[in-house]
Amino acid sequence: MSHPGTLVWLARHESRLAWRDWLAMMTAGGRWRTRPVALTCLIVLVALHLFALAVVGRYAGIRDPDKATLITLTGCVLMSWSLMVSQALEAVTRAFYTRADLDLILSSPVAARKVFVVRMATMALSITGMSLLVAAPAINVLALRGGAHWLVGYGAVVALGASAAAAALVLAVALFRMIGPRRTRLIAQIVAAVIGAAFVIGVQIVAILSADTKLTGTLLSRYALLGSDAVLALAPDTDSLAWWPARAVLGDLDALAAVLAGGLAILIAAIVVVSRNFADHVIVATGAAQAAPQRAHAAHTFRLAPPKRMLRRKEWLLLRRDPWLLSQTLMQLLYLAPPALLLWRGFGNRNEAATLIVPVLVMAAGQLAGGLAWLTISGEDAPDLIATAPVKTSQIVQAKIEAVLGAIMLAFSPLLLALALVSAWPAAVAAIGVLTAASAATTIQLWFRAQARRSHFRRRQTSSRVATIAEAFSSIAWAATAALAAAGSMVAVIPGTVGLIVLVCTRKLSPRGAAAAG
Amino acid sequence: MIPTEPTPSPIEPALAIRGLVKCFDRPAVDGLDLTVRKGEFYSLLGPNGAGKTTTLRMVAGLLRPDAGTILIHGIDALADPVAAKSCVAWISDEPMIYDKLTPLEYLEFVAGLWGIEAGVSQARAHELIDWLGLGAQAMQRCEGFSKGTRQKVALAGALVHDPSLIILDEPLTGLDAGSARQVKSVLRERVAQGGTVIMTTHILEVAERMADRIGVIAAGRLIAQGTLAELRDQAGRGATSLEDTFLALVAEQAAAA
Repeated sequence: MSHPGTLVWLARHESRLAWRDWLAMMTAGGRWRTRPVALTCLIVLVALHLFALAVVGRYAGIRDPDKATLITLTGCVLMSWSLMVSQALEAVTRAFYTRADLDLILSSPVAARKVFVVRMATMALSITGMSLLVAAPAINVLALRGGAHWLVGYGAVVALGASAAAAALVLAVALFRMIGPRRTRLIAQIVAAVIGAAFVIGVQIVAILSADTKLTGTLLSRYALLGSDAVLALAPDTDSLAWWPARAVLGDLDALAAVLAGGLAILIAAIVVVSRNFADHVIVATGAAQAAPQRAHAAHTFRLAPPKRMLRRKEWLLLRRDPWLLSQTLMQLLYLAPPALLLWRGFGNRNEAATLIVPVLVMAAGQLAGGLAWLTISGEDAPDLIATAPVKTSQIVQAKIEAVLGAIMLAFSPLLLALALVSAWPAAVAAIGVLTAASAATTIQLWFRAQARRSHFRRRQTSSRVATIAEAFSSIAWAATAALAAAGSMVAVIPGTVGLIVLVCTRKLSPRGAAAAG
Repeated sequence: MIPTEPTPSPIEPALAIRGLVKCFDRPAVDGLDLTVRKGEFYSLLGPNGAGKTTTLRMVAGLLRPDAGTILIHGIDALADPVAAKSCVAWISDEPMIYDKLTPLEYLEFVAGLWGIEAGVSQARAHELIDWLGLGAQAMQRCEGFSKGTRQKVALAGALVHDPSLIILDEPLTGLDAGSARQVKSVLRERVAQGGTVIMTTHILEVAERMADRIGVIAAGRLIAQGTLAELRDQAGRGATSLEDTFLALVAEQAAAA
């Protein structure tokens, strides 16, 4: 039994909140039903293990890795670590700016530092826990096929999670001190997105810029560069300390002990240092988040427009001013950088690789449209005002759809135009694909619309698992259709049909479809 | 204030509800009949769950009734909701405004939805901003505004299109004394100018002081209606204040049920 106010007591409280949060995410906010959730978890677990078997199963026999293997593995570790830092940085930024229970905590007689130490540790645990869940199928498959030494990989993931959380804490506080509370919220999101995508995008960009046509041709193979002769020549010898994280993953106990001790030591040091002033930073940040920015604009001039245009204008204004939109969409947009670069490179020599860009654009458009559609359709902060306005419901819905598709076209037009200059056919296919994927994602959001606060955007996936999965499958199907159509293959009809079937099934599963059927 | 709305026919009541029914798990509104005259301040009272908010949400077009008719200035709100909504404003206890818009941007948006000409709406918006004491916040985004300031912005939004019928659901909840007085004086002034106000409230003193007529709802039905004196008569001996009257009427209805 722990005493109130102690670290253990606070840790129990935080763990309970984190558990219920996770549970709500898994059950999509619905009531806890043990059997269906357990069955779903089991099916997902089996599917992930089968996927891991197909992807990493053949590497189970590696015992004495050569330099090329160590380079590739270190690349994977770096990519995973950068993603963990990105997630952790977003979590720390939210801890700064989300008021939630801070009033209660800061007004209680419990030492604020103690609370934040526990909160930071919980955040590190949560990042590590999620990473363990993601890595578990691969580690289990490798252990089953190659031996128990692969289980050491779990320790390596813990070390990575701890060091990633530490890096995020230090980075967030450094940003806060350097650029102040108001700018940190925006800049931290950009930094998180850039860090999360940096490694993969960096590797792809280097591959594109290299003169190696083999690498450029295998743009979508993220690790093509890592296996190149140039990287092999530049990399340190196999006994270098730089390979310890990779060796820890491969089951080397000495390397694991060092990496784990290092990761945990860095985390503890970061928590001890950062927690000293964390409460002060949080007070300043929440104050900045609450305070309305001062404006010294000239007089605002009203412009009359038809209600539909007023609605579109309002949606675009709110999207532009959304403080968390960037963190949810920037990474998707950053992944468009390599295709853009490839276009630029291909412009000179009419490279047929332009066709490769089409599915990337279509996929990104579908995913981005899903997010924007949720914000404009479900995330309406004044639903009563809109519902009581003398405007037909159909006009309101139309305006919102137009706002989403307009934003998508604005984001993708430069790339589509550049693509058109390189090659007309892939550009036409990409334009149709972008519109189709965006329309499909918007339609799914319309079918599953449920009133929510705009600030709950990050949690939109939890409101409907079906909508989230359908959106992903729909985007994949339209991306595949566009890819095959751009290549001139009639087989494009197959994924296109799958895309339509996904939409039909989603409609039937949606609350509106069920109501219409009932 | 600058009048823009077409003046409704003086013969028609501002609101006429007949046989209104809405069921959720149980009947929330059960065959309600209600008439509110033009230029009247009408206060709707009732215990929690009596059906006040449900009734007003149906009038505002936020809920579809299961049965019954709603006429707003003679316009059938169910058959022609767009025409009916053009002369109505709705304000709830939780002011729903956009955090990322400034009050002036919000008012411009609302005026646009109601199709008010830009010059007229801009003049009216500035007038309202001054009237409600929002001048200092006019160019700031609404995030971080106090509850009272948010409610004032919502009220300005409701008035910017110069509605002839204003429906308010517990508009004074959570407001400080100064803000509450300002809201009340704005509403009284609207009635003095010929507008109609329907308001639900749990603050009986407000109804007692402000309302021309009071309606009491219980279990989804109108159980009493009239001026304070008429209600006292209905409640019988011993009822001196509105509180006594209200409690006596509700108790009587509960006993009859």
